[in-house]
Amino acid sequence: MAEFMPPSSEQEFHANFAQLKPRMNNTEALYESSRCLFCFDAPCIKACPTGIDIPQFIRQINTGNVTGAALTIYEANYFGNACGKVCPTEVLCEGACVYNLQEVKPIEIGRLQSFATRQVIESHKYLFEPGQANGRKVAIIGAGPAGISCACELRALGYEVDIFEAKSQPSGLTVHGVAPYKITNEEVLAEMEYLQTQFGYRVQYNSPICSRPDLLALEEAYDAIFLGIGLGKTNALLLPGEERENCVGAVEFIEQLRREHHQILVGRKVIVLGGGNTAMDAASESARLGAEDVILAYRRSKEDMGAYDFEYDLAKSVGVKGLFNVAPVEIVGNGRVEGVKFIRTATVDGQVQAVPGSEFVEPCDMVIKATGQAKQTTFLSLILGLQLDSKGRIVADTHTYQTTNPQYFASGDALNGGAEVVNAAAEAKVAARGIHHYLSAR
Amino acid sequence: MPDLSINFAGIKSPNPFWLASAPPTNSGYQVMKAFDAGWGGAVWKTLGVPVVNVSSRYGGVNYRDKRLIGFNNIELISDRPLVDNLREIEEVKKHFPHHAVIASLMVQSREEWHQIVRDVTNAGSDGIELNFGCPHGMCERGMGSAVGQEPDVLRTIVEWVMEVAQIPVIVKLTPNISDITEPARAAREGGADAISLINTIQSIVGVDLDLFAPYPIVDGKGTNGGYCGPAVKPIALNMVKNCAQDPHVQLPISGIGGIENWRDAVEHILLGASSVQICTAAMHFGFGIIREMTAGLEQYMTDKGFHTIYDMVGKALPNVKHWEDLNLKYKVTANIHEDKCIGCQLCYTACEDGAHQAIALREGTRVPEIIEENCVGCNLCSLVCPVENCITMDRTDDGTEHLTWKERTLAGTIPTDFNDERAGGLHHWVPEPTAALGKEKHKTLPGKARQLGHPAPTITDLLRKE
Ligand SMILES: Cc1cc2nc3c(=O)[nH]c(=O)nc-3n(C[C@H](O)[C@H](O)[C@H](O)COP(=O)(O)OP(=O)(O)OC[C@H]3O[C@@H](n4cnc5c(N)ncnc54)[C@H](O)[C@@H]3O)c2cc1C
Ligand SMILES: Cc1cc2nc3c(=O)[nH]c(=O)nc-3n(C[C@H](O)[C@H](O)[C@H](O)COP(=O)(O)O)c2cc1C
Ligand code: SF4
Ligand code: SF4
Ligand code: SF4
Repeated sequence: MAEFMPPSSEQEFHANFAQLKPRMNNTEALYESSRCLFCFDAPCIKACPTGIDIPQFIRQINTGNVTGAALTIYEANYFGNACGKVCPTEVLCEGACVYNLQEVKPIEIGRLQSFATRQVIESHKYLFEPGQANGRKVAIIGAGPAGISCACELRALGYEVDIFEAKSQPSGLTVHGVAPYKITNEEVLAEMEYLQTQFGYRVQYNSPICSRPDLLALEEAYDAIFLGIGLGKTNALLLPGEERENCVGAVEFIEQLRREHHQILVGRKVIVLGGGNTAMDAASESARLGAEDVILAYRRSKEDMGAYDFEYDLAKSVGVKGLFNVAPVEIVGNGRVEGVKFIRTATVDGQVQAVPGSEFVEPCDMVIKATGQAKQTTFLSLILGLQLDSKGRIVADTHTYQTTNPQYFASGDALNGGAEVVNAAAEAKVAARGIHHYLSAR
Repeated sequence: MPDLSINFAGIKSPNPFWLASAPPTNSGYQVMKAFDAGWGGAVWKTLGVPVVNVSSRYGGVNYRDKRLIGFNNIELISDRPLVDNLREIEEVKKHFPHHAVIASLMVQSREEWHQIVRDVTNAGSDGIELNFGCPHGMCERGMGSAVGQEPDVLRTIVEWVMEVAQIPVIVKLTPNISDITEPARAAREGGADAISLINTIQSIVGVDLDLFAPYPIVDGKGTNGGYCGPAVKPIALNMVKNCAQDPHVQLPISGIGGIENWRDAVEHILLGASSVQICTAAMHFGFGIIREMTAGLEQYMTDKGFHTIYDMVGKALPNVKHWEDLNLKYKVTANIHEDKCIGCQLCYTACEDGAHQAIALREGTRVPEIIEENCVGCNLCSLVCPVENCITMDRTDDGTEHLTWKERTLAGTIPTDFNDERAGGLHHWVPEPTAALGKEKHKTLPGKARQLGHPAPTITDLLRKE
């Protein structure tokens, strides 16, 4: 028996995808905030990419100034609530908490953070307003964590801001990509509305910028353009049989899952290809959707996986099984997926090599490819003078995130090659200052 | 097995733990339940004149997530009819002949005192406690602490009581006075058999920030109340010690104030108490705490080889000295045990901002380092360190020299002006004042976020708008 029954209603879906970091009540927040030591030059702050003053906001929660705590958080990170729930805190703030060295449970910083921010979001307690208009305009492409964070900061600096978003909702992968047991759609969107109400940037949904003329129009109408476009579709495997029905990309599968919840169909036996965090998510999600068997197949050893240990542990805890040192050679089937043909691998001098004659077929009725997201190189090539590095990442000045086309600035996955929400939020703030610096000097 | 029983000024009790005169001893029901649970004695809720209580009577002091580290009340003495109380005392004594029932009393005139002393004696009380301590309400009517604060009045009333008393009389003292030994001496002069202390401390436990009124709030208003609970123990201990060391007091002491577990009780006993009374802890956790208290006391006595309570009464008194008798040659220096340190740097910032700039940070590690020549041995760092035994205060003098301020005064070697080589602070290193400017701004104003500064309106702007 699988751990989970396939959910047949919204209610069952939420039960299977129960929040990993549930909301704290007042008592829990008081107890947990009481434990914080208020370290000097606190390591948790240094481990936060947005540099939130963590001991300060925890102390504010402890003294009953929850609004002040939320302000401390939002001053540093406009995705304060989302980050509290989706950040890999185990390797960031909580991983750096001094309690770890004493073998005591670290402070639950993420949950405390969301405790404070949820309260101001739900009570519509507004903390910011736009700065004095300075007469300049900035266009932002993409309403993901990078685009929205940049918009907030620019509005605070007095810019007029228009965001062009290809999809129909803001927050990018926060609502389309992050696992549903980390944050609900409603919670993500409530924070987006909270930000937009305060900062008053405009967002045009269903408005992809795709062509040279689109870009030209922006270049003429705006003083600067910010690229917050993230990454593209799942990379193709270039294997025979990849086009078979029920062989899907992880990002596409997860996006559909987040949109359709229990109405999405998952296979009975699912093979997930990949060893990164997205692979772990897709495997966990398949199991929570009621798949009877979920196999995570990776071409190197368990230790070589790129995923965080806690993400693999989470997948294991819902019954996902690992299959290591195997490389897919073909997706077999007859119209629909019926299995994956693997060949065993060995790692010699750091190189993965196939073991001749070791092919075998692992039957399944669904394949999820979690083999990384492609870069948006085709679109980016439309921008004159914009350089990309060898991995397809946008090249930019690290202090201002100004690209090699001076009118363009960039942050987030498109710049860093794919990281976390918090990195996009941190970089976008710096980029907004870069834009401000650039335009003020003109 | 150590013997926990006591004979306190003639009042016998199977153990030294008594419930103090307060709500837990309001009725026969409660006292019986307490004795059943293991308490050795109970000082009945103060009996006396008719009173009326207000609704909303207690306030608490919480520290972070800890509730009631301090407690306060504006309650008066027993509001139950005297006859009911007397009948219940009799009944309790019938069931528990070997437990101590002490009647706490508070009335006004000599006749009233004579009458009530006779009443409670006839009911079978083992002793009497005179409540000269209540710091609210009753004192406004000339009783309670109004008596405790006037040694002459106190002596007179004790004399009235002694005229008729046939059972031991304890005088309960109020701490709301500058020298506790004055009323203690008056009690002795009046002929009392023992003293008990402390009663509650006049206090305001907090102010409601929305209603602008002190807690507890009675219809929008409040009044000062009596403070007790764990927070008052240090004050109680000092007063118990003062009475125990005073050659003119020389009476058995029942220690009260902030006792919640066996350790607190032992501390009171080591400073001279030979019975202890508990109120707040029983109100907070119920009578069940007695099991931990007796078990802990027994274990401690066994470990120390004490056979009876009297083996330990006042055992710390010889070590409680005046400041001028302390050894000026003794020196301790802070020592950080690196293997235990978790790098919170609380010791660093405490010494840096709150003491003597004797701790340094080093490149490449979060473990701070003691600058031995700057360390005055104040203990602060070891007190703030969250890891047990991570900072120890180690003796650094060779232990051969002993010189006190008093000895120096007699020898004429005390410094007389600040330039005197023998003055204490003369050679203490302190940094230049301006070295403080901008120091570690990047650490105290945290992170990348602050380096950017903030363009959006601050909370102050927002408050202005609201
Ligand atoms: C499966 C998965 C799980 C993840 N889980 C986590 C997690 O648990 N925690 C975490 O912190 N991070 C997680 N991440 C990473 C995180 O979601 C991203 O790092 C973050 O969203 C990047 O923000 P961004 O703004 O750069 O890009 P995105 O979030 O990708 O946003 C880009 C936006 O731009 C829009 N866009 C793109 N091109 C155009 C165009 N030409 N015109 C108009 N609009 C355009 C897109 O529609 C999108 O809305 C996960 C990522 C994935 C794929
Ligand atoms: C609600 C309340 C009522 C009290 N009433 C009396 C009283 O009637 N007579 C008395 O002598 N002391 C009274 N006290 C004082 C206690 O007996 C005791 O001296 C004091 O609480 C200190 O002990 P603790 O720290 O264990 O609470 C009262 C205390 C409280 C909290
Ligand atoms: S490291 Fe841990 S204990 Fe120290 S300030 Fe940060 S959250 Fe608090
Ligand atoms: S004992 Fe006092 S002076 Fe010495 S290091 Fe500690 S805090 Fe500083
Ligand atoms: S207070 Fe203790 S644990 Fe913290 S840095 Fe100092 S020595 Fe280390």
